[in-house]
Amino acid sequence: MTALLESSVGPAAPAGPTPGTAAGRRGRGWTVFLLLLPAALLVVAMFSYPLLVAAWRSFAYPELGTQNYAWFFDGATNIGVLLRTVWVAFLTTVICLAFAYPYAYLMVISGRRLKTLLLVLVMVPFWTSLMIRTFAWIILLQDNGLVNEGLGLFGIGPLPLMRNTTGVLIGMVQVLLPFMVLPLYNAMAGVDMRLMQAATSLGARPSTAFLKVFVPLAMPGVLSGSLLVFIQALGFYITPALLGSPTEMLVSQYIYAQVNGQLQWGRGSVLGVVLLVTVLVLLAAAAALGRAGRRRQGATAKREAA
Amino acid sequence: MLESSTITKTGTRIDIRNVSKHYAGSTAVEDIDLTIEPGEFLTLLGPSGSGKTTTLNLIAGFTDLSAGHIEIDGERVDNIPSHRRGLGVVFQHYALFPHMSVEDNIAFPLKQRKVAKAEQKRRVAEVLETVGLGGYENRQPAELSGGQQQRVAFARAMVFEPRALLMDEPLGALDKNLREKLQLEIKRIHQDVGRTFVFVTHDQEEALVLSDRIAIFNNGRIEQVGASHELYERPRTLFVATFMGESTVLRGEPEWHGTEWTLGFHGAALRGTAEPFSGPAALVLRPEDIHLSSREDDIPAGHQYCPVTITQSIYLGSGRKFELALADGSTGIVRGPLARGAGLEAGDRAFASWRPERGSLLPDTGSRSTT
Amino acid sequence: MKHTMVTRSLLWAFAAVVAALLVLPTAVVIPLSFTDKASLAFPPAGWSTRWYENFFTDPTWMRALGNSLTVGLLVAVVATVFGTAAAVGLRRWANRRAAGVTQAVLLAPIVVPAIVLAIGVYATFLQLQLLGTVPGFVLAHSVLALPFVVISVSATLVGYDDRLTLAALSLGASRWAAFRQVQLPLIMPGVVSGALFAFVTSFDEVVLSIFIKSPYLETLPVKMYASVTRDTDPTIAAAATMIMLLTTAIITIGLLSLRRRKRA
Repeated sequence: MTALLESSVGPAAPAGPTPGTAAGRRGRGWTVFLLLLPAALLVVAMFSYPLLVAAWRSFAYPELGTQNYAWFFDGATNIGVLLRTVWVAFLTTVICLAFAYPYAYLMVISGRRLKTLLLVLVMVPFWTSLMIRTFAWIILLQDNGLVNEGLGLFGIGPLPLMRNTTGVLIGMVQVLLPFMVLPLYNAMAGVDMRLMQAATSLGARPSTAFLKVFVPLAMPGVLSGSLLVFIQALGFYITPALLGSPTEMLVSQYIYAQVNGQLQWGRGSVLGVVLLVTVLVLLAAAAALGRAGRRRQGATAKREAA
Repeated sequence: MLESSTITKTGTRIDIRNVSKHYAGSTAVEDIDLTIEPGEFLTLLGPSGSGKTTTLNLIAGFTDLSAGHIEIDGERVDNIPSHRRGLGVVFQHYALFPHMSVEDNIAFPLKQRKVAKAEQKRRVAEVLETVGLGGYENRQPAELSGGQQQRVAFARAMVFEPRALLMDEPLGALDKNLREKLQLEIKRIHQDVGRTFVFVTHDQEEALVLSDRIAIFNNGRIEQVGASHELYERPRTLFVATFMGESTVLRGEPEWHGTEWTLGFHGAALRGTAEPFSGPAALVLRPEDIHLSSREDDIPAGHQYCPVTITQSIYLGSGRKFELALADGSTGIVRGPLARGAGLEAGDRAFASWRPERGSLLPDTGSRSTT
Repeated sequence: MKHTMVTRSLLWAFAAVVAALLVLPTAVVIPLSFTDKASLAFPPAGWSTRWYENFFTDPTWMRALGNSLTVGLLVAVVATVFGTAAAVGLRRWANRRAAGVTQAVLLAPIVVPAIVLAIGVYATFLQLQLLGTVPGFVLAHSVLALPFVVISVSATLVGYDDRLTLAALSLGASRWAAFRQVQLPLIMPGVVSGALFAFVTSFDEVVLSIFIKSPYLETLPVKMYASVTRDTDPTIAAAATMIMLLTTAIITIGLLSLRRRKRA
C-alpha cells in the first residue's frame, strides 16, 4: 500500500524526500484530504452537480441547442423582468443603506449597553424565520390590514400595499436590513474616531470632518453591505412570491413559474443561468474593486513609509 | 515500547545523522550531524533563523525531515510519530492547555498513558513540589504568573519521566532576574534527574550557564560543537569566535610555512601556528587577553603587539573596559582589572599586546567582526 | 468626537424607527394567533386558543413540525461534523493558496440564489428519486448550512494556538486524542454556534424545500407557505408563534451554555 502510494506520488516532490520520511509526510497530507473530503463531496453532489444540471438543461431542453437563449433575448417580457429585478434590488439596497447608515453610526458612538441593545434588535430578525416575517407583512399590508386602517384614520387609502412592487420592497428591506447594518457597523467600528477630533482641531467643522474623514473611511462597509443586500435581493423568492404580483414578476418568480407551473425546464434554466451569471459578474467586480482599494492603500502606506 | 520503567539514570542518546530540512524553495537546516550523549545538557545556540528550533522540532517529530535520519537510543524514529517518541517538550510560550487546571495539565501525559487515577494524583503532587508549586493543583493557567506557568510547563514535560527533555527558548518571555533564577533551577533539576536535556536559546550567556556542551548554529548548519571553554578559547570559525563572547579581530593575508604563519597588520608583524588554510584570515583575540601599554618599552616580554587608539575608557567597578580603534579602522575591546591600562583615556594612543598562543587565526569568512 | 444633543436625539429617533421596523411587524403574529375568527384580520375582534388546538391536533401540521425537527437536527449533526472537519483541514493545509480556493468553494452556496440551486437540486432529485425523502431534505439543507459552520469554526480556529496540539502530541496524545481533548474543547464556542446556525438554517428553509417536498413529506415552512397561498387559516399564526418560541429557546440555551463554559 505504502509502496504503491510512493511510486505514484514520489517523484513529484521537488526536494526528493527520502523513502523513510515520505510516509510520515504523506500521512499528514492524507489527514487534510480526509478532513476536507466529506464537506467537498457534499458540496460537489448537492451544489456543483445540481448547478451543472441546471446549466445543461438550459441547452438541452426540450432539445439540444440554443433556442432557450434565443427565447430569452428575443422576448421583451423577459428582458423587462430582468430589468425590473435589478431595479427592485437596487432600490432595496439604497433604502437599506439609508436606514442602516444612521443606525450603525449610532451603534458606534453609543456606550456598551446601548450598543448591545441595538445589536440584539438587529439580530432578532436574523434569527426569525423568513416565512414568518413575510407572513406578518401580509397581515399588516393587506387591504384591511393594520397599516391601511391606520392610514384610514387620516382619511388616506386604502392604498394597494401588497400584490405589487411596493409590497415586495417593504418586505425585502425589512428582511435584508440586518445584512446592511452588520458590515456597516464592523467597518465603522474600525474607524479611529480620534481622526475626526484631529480634523476638527485642524479647523474643520464637525459636518466637514464627518464627510471628509469618517465617510470615506467607512466606505468599505457601505460597499460590502450593499453587495450583500443587492445579491440576495436579486435572487429572493419567498418575499416576492407572497407580497408581489404575477403581473410584476421578478426573475425568481419567473423561474418558479416556468419550471413548476409550465414544466418549461429549458426556459427556467436559462433564467437561472442569467441570474447566476449576473451575481457572479457582480462578485467579480466587487473583488476587483476591493483589490484595487487595497492596492491603493498599500501604495499610500508605502509612500508614507518612504 | 517506551515504558518509563526501562529508563535508566544514565539517560538517552540521540543521534542526528546528516539531517536536512527543506521547505518549498528554502532550506531550514542542511546536513546536521550531532550526537547528544546520554544524560548531557546540550544547548543549540544561534541567532534567530539559524535552524536551532527546526532541529528541535525534527527531534520531537513535529516536522518531517527531508534527508538523513534520527536515532533515539539506537532506534530510528523516522516513522515514529511524536506522541510515541516519549520525549518531553517545553515550549517557548509554555503552551499550557487554557481549559484545564494545573493538575489536569500535568496529569495529561499520565492520562494518555492510562496511569491509575490515584497514581496520577500522587505524581502530580510530587512534581509540583519539585518545581516549587506545591498546592497549586486547582489553579487555572490564566491565574499564574509567567514564571509559575513556566514551572507548570516544565512539570508537565517531566512528570511522565520522558527519555529526554527538549526545551525551546523556555525562558525567553521572562524578565532577567526570574530568568537567571530559573536557569539555576533547571540546572539543579538536570543534575538531580540525570536525564538528557536539549535546550534551544539565542542567549549565549544562558547557554554558558546551563550547558555541558553547546552546538552553535548559523545559516542552517552547525558551526562547532563543544564545551563552553573549548568554544570560547578554541573557536574553529570566525562566526563562533564572534558569536561567543566579545572579541577583537585583526584581518589580513597570512603567509604560511608549514603550520607557522606570519601576518602583516599595518606595520605590526604578527606570527603564530595554526592548521594551514588558504585565503584571507582573521586573528581573534579575547578582551581579557589583551594588555594595553602607553609606551612601547612597557609591553610585557614575549608579547606581540600593534598600535591602537583608545576611543572609550569605561569604569565598571570590578574592572575596566576599553574600546579601541585599530589601524584598519575596525574596533576592538579590552577588559581587565582596574590596574591594567590605568591612566589611559579616550583619544590616547597606546599599544595592544598579547601572548601569541592566546590568539586564534581563522579563515576570514566575512562575518560581522564587532561585539 | 462630540455630538450635539440635537444630532444625538435625531439619531435616536431614527434608530428607534428602524428598530421598530426590524422587530415590531413580526410581533403581530402573536396576537393574531389568539383570534377567534377564521380570518387574518388584525387586530382580532375576539380571543380564543382554538388555532393552537388546531395546530396540535391537525396531523398535517404535527407531521410537518416533526419533519422539520428531524431534518433540522440531522442537518445540525451532518453540517457540524462535516464543516468542523473541513475548517480544521483548511487550517492544517500547508498550501495556503489551495486552502483559500477550497474555502471559497465551500462557502459558495451562500452567494448563489437559492432558486437557481433549487431547480438544479429538483432535477437531480427527480433522477435519484430523493424528492420528499428525509435523506433528500437533509442533504439539500446541509449544503446550505455547511458554510455557516465553516465560517464560525474557522473564526474560533484563528484564536487557537497550534502549539497546544504539538504540546499534546509531545505529551503522548495521539492526533485524535489531541483534537478531542485539547483542540475541540477550545474551539467549542464556534462549533456550538455553527450547529445552532445549521439547525436554524434548515428549520427556516423554504425555497429549496418547496421544490423537493412531496405530498407525503413536507416541512413546517413549506406547510406555512402552502397555507398562506391557499387559505386564510390563522393556524399558521399559532404555528409561527410556536416556532418563534422554539428558536428563541434554542438560541438562549445555546448562548447561556457558551457563557457558562467561558466562565468555568
